[in-house]
Amino acid sequence: MSADSSRGSLKVYLGYAAGVGKTFQMLADGQAAVQQRGNVVLAYFEPHSRPDTMAQAQALEAVPHRKVEYRGKIFEEMDTEAVLRRRPTIALVDELAHTNIPGSIRSKRWEDVQVLLDAGIEVWTTMNVQHIESLNDQVRQITGIQVRETVPDGIVRRAAEIVAVDVTPDALLNRLKRGAIYKPEMVEKALTGFFKGSNLGALRELTLRQAAHEVDLRQSAYDEMRGFRLPRVSEARASGTTHNQPKERILIHITPDPSTAMLIRRGRRVADYLHADCTALFVHQTPEFAQLPAEERQAVEKHLRFARSLQIATRIVGGSNGIAKAVVEFARRNQVTQIFVAHSVVGLLARLRGRNFTEDIVRLAQDLQVTVVADRSRGPGS
Amino acid sequence: MTGYTFTGSQKMRLSELPRPSPERLLKQVQAEESKRWGAKLKIFLGYAPGVGKSYRMLDEARRRHERGEDVVVGVVQGQQSEEVQALLRRLEIIPPFQTPEGEAIDLNAILGRAPQVCVIDPLAARNPSGSRHAYRWQDVQELLRNGISVLSSVNLLHVEEYKNKVQAITGKDTTQTIPKSFLLAADDIVIVDVPPDLCLWRQGEKLTSTGISNSQERQLSELRELALLLTAEVVDAQLESYVHAHGIEPVFGAHERFLLCLTPHSNAPAMIESGERNKERFQGELYTVYVCEPGRSKRDRVMIRKYFDAAQKAGAATEILESDDPISAIVEYAREKRITQIFIGHSTHNTWRDRVFGDPVLRLIREAEGIDVRVFPH
Repeated sequence: MSADSSRGSLKVYLGYAAGVGKTFQMLADGQAAVQQRGNVVLAYFEPHSRPDTMAQAQALEAVPHRKVEYRGKIFEEMDTEAVLRRRPTIALVDELAHTNIPGSIRSKRWEDVQVLLDAGIEVWTTMNVQHIESLNDQVRQITGIQVRETVPDGIVRRAAEIVAVDVTPDALLNRLKRGAIYKPEMVEKALTGFFKGSNLGALRELTLRQAAHEVDLRQSAYDEMRGFRLPRVSEARASGTTHNQPKERILIHITPDPSTAMLIRRGRRVADYLHADCTALFVHQTPEFAQLPAEERQAVEKHLRFARSLQIATRIVGGSNGIAKAVVEFARRNQVTQIFVAHSVVGLLARLRGRNFTEDIVRLAQDLQVTVVADRSRGPGS
Repeated sequence: MTGYTFTGSQKMRLSELPRPSPERLLKQVQAEESKRWGAKLKIFLGYAPGVGKSYRMLDEARRRHERGEDVVVGVVQGQQSEEVQALLRRLEIIPPFQTPEGEAIDLNAILGRAPQVCVIDPLAARNPSGSRHAYRWQDVQELLRNGISVLSSVNLLHVEEYKNKVQAITGKDTTQTIPKSFLLAADDIVIVDVPPDLCLWRQGEKLTSTGISNSQERQLSELRELALLLTAEVVDAQLESYVHAHGIEPVFGAHERFLLCLTPHSNAPAMIESGERNKERFQGELYTVYVCEPGRSKRDRVMIRKYFDAAQKAGAATEILESDDPISAIVEYAREKRITQIFIGHSTHNTWRDRVFGDPVLRLIREAEGIDVRVFPH
């Protein structure tokens, strides 16, 4: 959605699991594009793909992969520099969420893709919904599986187009059982893990809703640019009241606790849907931020960096009269409408001493909305 | 994953069934299910002409044919691209009747031929007068009843409940529709999603490939969002029946569901208004409960009735729970409905006792595991 016309545009084929046909769809569209716009190359393509996908790939010009030796084995990576030299109009790059082999110039494939986009090359790529950073907790809540390789939301957000690649779970399971997705020895593991029972349906629904949301966001961007007015799906009923609403402002409270990452992701997601402003705040009780114990400081800095990577403004303030008080005062001063805090789990003793931070905030912020975000790190049934 | 087993919580959606009698159609649908010998209905949904529904559907027919399934084509759309024609040449066709009023599938010929799978495209069509059934979707039901699986496709414009919305956006109208309940009852639905520029290109326009770049693409994008959300709704209904049928823990997360806990003393108007906005922005669902504790006054009941009216206008389902333990009742209800966010008012109690042991809001926060709790000011 960048106005910068020299930058290449990005198209993402979004699926809900391996085998839904993202790559196949991308390659099929790529072949059609060869006829229309010419100069299309296959910049990266999983070499162990399914036969029908392989056949599609052979019809396209491929840029040879870079072979990298790591611990005595040969791995294939996209040769970004070779793609730049080839200068295609469109480069097809499979698996956006891929992590490059150690020793590569850039550690993530999405970083390689940025290089191509910056050079003015249009990129088409594939990814699954579970690789979107801000959906990480929801995916874990659905599947019980923690997905490690994620792509920052900002990368997906800047894509000009998101295409949902849909298939029914039944068809996907048939493909899996036919051995069309994984090798036979992997199938059993997949059936009891990611491909289990209701997981696929839930991930599919998440993908469809995410795709609808991405379409909605691109509509707002276009409308703002063109002054276009059309009743939006997401404003269908409240169009009379929605525009007069003061803008919501969300404040996310940062701590060194690992649950903060989840809090940031949830805050970002809610802010996106409500078209709200979003700020992250850390309160230190030491006279200076720098005086925090190194471990705590590093954890906080990591969370602040993460917030900024999701386009959330960050602030650090001192609060010698108590953290909860400082958070609530900051919120009042900055017309915050909603404070996001993690649910801190503490024992009875701490509660008796009144040491539960979450509860302090709820008590102090009687004039504000406080959202206590649930711990979604535990999977279903656990 | 069958969509025919309607469960309790899906009853709500039955209100959206077509006239004249929802109950009758449901009975009919359920009765048919039992006679179908495993025949399945799969529908390919597109948001506009040119997304490639027919191609996707016929390509599946071809793949099934190549894997040894007995596939025939009952009827296909009039105008076909070269790719679609190429697929059709590889499939057996049972020619439809041509009448001055339009085409009608040759039901007897298909039943006599008794294939495993029959392609019927498009799904929304009115049959010429004198046909056995008034609508093509009724022909499809007859095929299914006779154990023949059906692959079919439909455009968003031709779903009755979306007809007016699509017309408001594009100006296009139609008299050929199928009820939305037919989609909800299908065994499988697949959305065929392409960017609007590609859809327009197939209709002869220029490719832009940079997202939404003109007002025509902007209109299509609106339809696209509707179609994605409709598909998500069907998937959600299927998921719910699956979860019920297998007696497994409800799955959280994919769809936002908001629960407003109203009391006579809460700032209900603000909570309802926020609930409505959240519901729309997230395209989620809104529920409202009031937990009736013994000994509430008449004045309280009047207030609650007023709030419930407002909540219903905002599109919320409302329910009165009876319990002397409101927090447990709320948490239990929230789990059953797969709620993702509970809205509650700040406690007005402020005794030391409440603070330490029983402030209801703090108790809710502790007990609503896996669910966000949003506390509202008075």
